[in-house]
Amino acid sequence: MAREDLEQLQLERLQSTLYRVGTHVPFYKKKFDQLKFNYDDIRSLDDLRRLPFTEKQDLRDNYPYGLFAVPLRDIVRVHSSSGTSGQATVVGYTRNDIKTWSNLVARVITAAGVTKNDVIQIAFGYGLFTGGFGLHYGAELIGTSVIPISAGNTKRQIQIMQDFKTTALVCTPSYSLILADTMMEMGINPNGLSLRFGLFGGEPWSEAMRQEIHQKLGILATDNYGLSEVMGPGVSGECQHCNGLHINEDHFLLEVLDPVTLEPVPEGEIGELVITTLTKEAFPIVRYRTRDLTRFIPEPCPCGRTMKRMQRVMGRSDDMLIIKGVNVFPVQIEKVLFEVEGTEPHYQIVVERENHADKITVLVEVMESIFFDQMKKQREVVERIKSRLASEVGVGVEVKLVEEKTLERSEGKAKRVIDKRKL
Amino acid sequence: MLKIRNLDAGYGKLRVLKNISLHVKPGEIVAMIGANGAGKTTLLHTIVGLIRPMRGEVRFLGQATGSTAVERIVASGCALVPEGRQVFAPMSVEENLLLGGFILQKEQGRAEVLKELERQYELFPILRERRQQLAGTLSGGEQQMLAMGRALMSRPKLVMMDEPSTGLAPLIVRDIFEIICRLRAQGNTVLLIEQNAKAALGIADRGYVLEVGKVILQGPAADLLANADVQRAYLGREKIA
Repeated sequence: MAREDLEQLQLERLQSTLYRVGTHVPFYKKKFDQLKFNYDDIRSLDDLRRLPFTEKQDLRDNYPYGLFAVPLRDIVRVHSSSGTSGQATVVGYTRNDIKTWSNLVARVITAAGVTKNDVIQIAFGYGLFTGGFGLHYGAELIGTSVIPISAGNTKRQIQIMQDFKTTALVCTPSYSLILADTMMEMGINPNGLSLRFGLFGGEPWSEAMRQEIHQKLGILATDNYGLSEVMGPGVSGECQHCNGLHINEDHFLLEVLDPVTLEPVPEGEIGELVITTLTKEAFPIVRYRTRDLTRFIPEPCPCGRTMKRMQRVMGRSDDMLIIKGVNVFPVQIEKVLFEVEGTEPHYQIVVERENHADKITVLVEVMESIFFDQMKKQREVVERIKSRLASEVGVGVEVKLVEEKTLERSEGKAKRVIDKRKL
Repeated sequence: MLKIRNLDAGYGKLRVLKNISLHVKPGEIVAMIGANGAGKTTLLHTIVGLIRPMRGEVRFLGQATGSTAVERIVASGCALVPEGRQVFAPMSVEENLLLGGFILQKEQGRAEVLKELERQYELFPILRERRQQLAGTLSGGEQQMLAMGRALMSRPKLVMMDEPSTGLAPLIVRDIFEIICRLRAQGNTVLLIEQNAKAALGIADRGYVLEVGKVILQGPAADLLANADVQRAYLGREKIA
C-alpha cells in the first residue's frame, strides 16, 4: 500500500475511533471535554499529539469494564493483563475484534515463515493472558496445525515436540532457552527435532540471545510484539529477514516519544512506544503509554513489506535506571554479556546506594568449567565484561560471577533488575 | 480514485458535513449508509461539485475539485445517478440514454455512443424492449435502470448512486443490486449511498456509516454488518434496551 493511501486510511480510522471513544467512553469524554477538544480538530495524523495519554493507571482506575466502548452484551471475550507489576487490568473483544485479531496475528505468523503445512506448538499461557489465544487464532486462520499446549511442564513440552513433530514453537525467548537446556539434560539433540521456526514475544530480548537460540535449537527465531491493553500479539512482528518488526500500521498508530518530555524523538531514535488503536470496537485506546522502549526503522525492508518497522523492544522505560545521572537500560548490559564469550544468558542487575553513591552490580551465571577450575580465566572474564560495560553504559559497573543455575529462572517474564535503593 | 479529507460542507450557514474523510479505490463498491438527514446526498452533491466544500478537500483522480465546474467534474468521469431517478419523463427511453452520452459524443463521436447504447441494452434488456416508450410511463424499477443506464452512457470512472432502492419493491431492489454487482465485475467503481444498510453492505466491499454529518464507523462491509451498533441502528436486529 502506498504511504499516501495508508495515511488516508489511518486518518479515516482515527477520526471515527476518536468520535466513538468520545461519545461512548465516559473516561475519554471527560478528558476531551476538559481539553475542549473538538473532533473536527483532528485534520491530520499529527493532530494526534494534541490528545491526552492513556496510562496503565487509567485502566486500573476503570477496572473492570469502565473503558469499554460497547455494552457488555456485545462483548464475546474478556482478557486480563498478567499483572506483573500491580493490579490486573481488563480488556474486552467484540466478535469483529476477535476476527481482526486473528487476521493480524496471521500476518505476523506468515511473515515469520510459518505456513499451513507447519505444526505449531503454542507454549504461551492460555487463559486470561492474551498470548496463547492470540497466536492460536492467527495460526488456525492460516491453517497451521495447532498444539495448544499452553505454558509450563517443560519435559512434557519436549516430549510433545518430539512426538508431534512440531515445526514452529511459540513462547517467550527465555523459555526457549530453558527448553534447550532441559533438552541437553535429557540427552535430546535439538537437531534431531523437526523444529524450524521460533516465534518469540512477551519480554525484551537481544540479538545475542537470538544467536544463542539459533545455535542451541537451530531455528529461525523471530520476534513479535503486542500487549493486552492494545489487543495482545499482532501489533507487529518480524519477517524472515529478522531485522525489526513490521507494524500493522493500518490498525495501530504508533508514536515513539521521549519518556521524559513526551515529545516525538527524531526518526530512528530510541524512545517510549505510544499506541493508538484504529479499528478496535470494544476496547479502543488512545495514546496508550506502553513504557516499552523501541525505535522506528525508517529504511525499507528487503522483504518488500511496506509497513514501517520498529526495533525489538529494548526494555521498559520504567526499567530505565538512572545511575549517577546516566540513563542505563538493562538491555545494554544484556548485549554486552552475550558478546563476551563464556557467559550464559542469565544475569541479574542489582542497584544499591552506598554512601549516597549509586552502585550497580551485575550478577552473571557462568559455565561450570570456568567457575571451578580456572580462577585466572575467571578474573579475565570479569575484567572483560567490566570494561565493555563501562564503555557501553557509561558508568562503572561491578561484575560478580555466580554459579550456574543459582539465579532465579522463570517460565514467564524474567526479573532482571533488583533496585535496592531507597530514594 | 476518490479521496476526501476533512470535508465540511453544507448550505449557507448550515454545516451538514463535519470533518468527513473517505476514499474509494478503483474497482470497489463502497457503501455510505446513514439515516435521513445524515448528509449522504449533501456528500454526493459536494463530490460532483453542486455544493462547494467549506473546508477540506475532495480529490478525484488525483485532482482537487474544490473549484472545478460541475460539467468538468462530470466530464472527467464522475457520474451521478440521482435520488428519485430524475429521468426526463416526456422523452423516450432511448432519448434519455442518448442524453447521457452527450459527453461521449462530443469527445469520441457518434459511433462510440451507439456502441455504448448497445452495451446498456445488454445490461438492461428491459430498456431495449421499452426503447420507444416515454420514460414517464416506466415502472419505478425500470426508471431506476434507465437512470443508471443514462449515467453509464458517459463511460464514467466512478458511478455514484443516491438511494437506488428508494420506493422499489424488495424483488426489484434485489435486481438493481445484482446489476450493481455486475457493474463491479465489469471493472466499474461504485459509491453507493443507501438507507437500506443490509442490502448495500451485502454487496459492498467497504462501508462508511454517516450520522449527523460525521463518519462514526468505517471498515470492511462484512465487519459493519456484524457490528452491534450498526445492527441496532440500521438493521433492526435488536431492540435498543
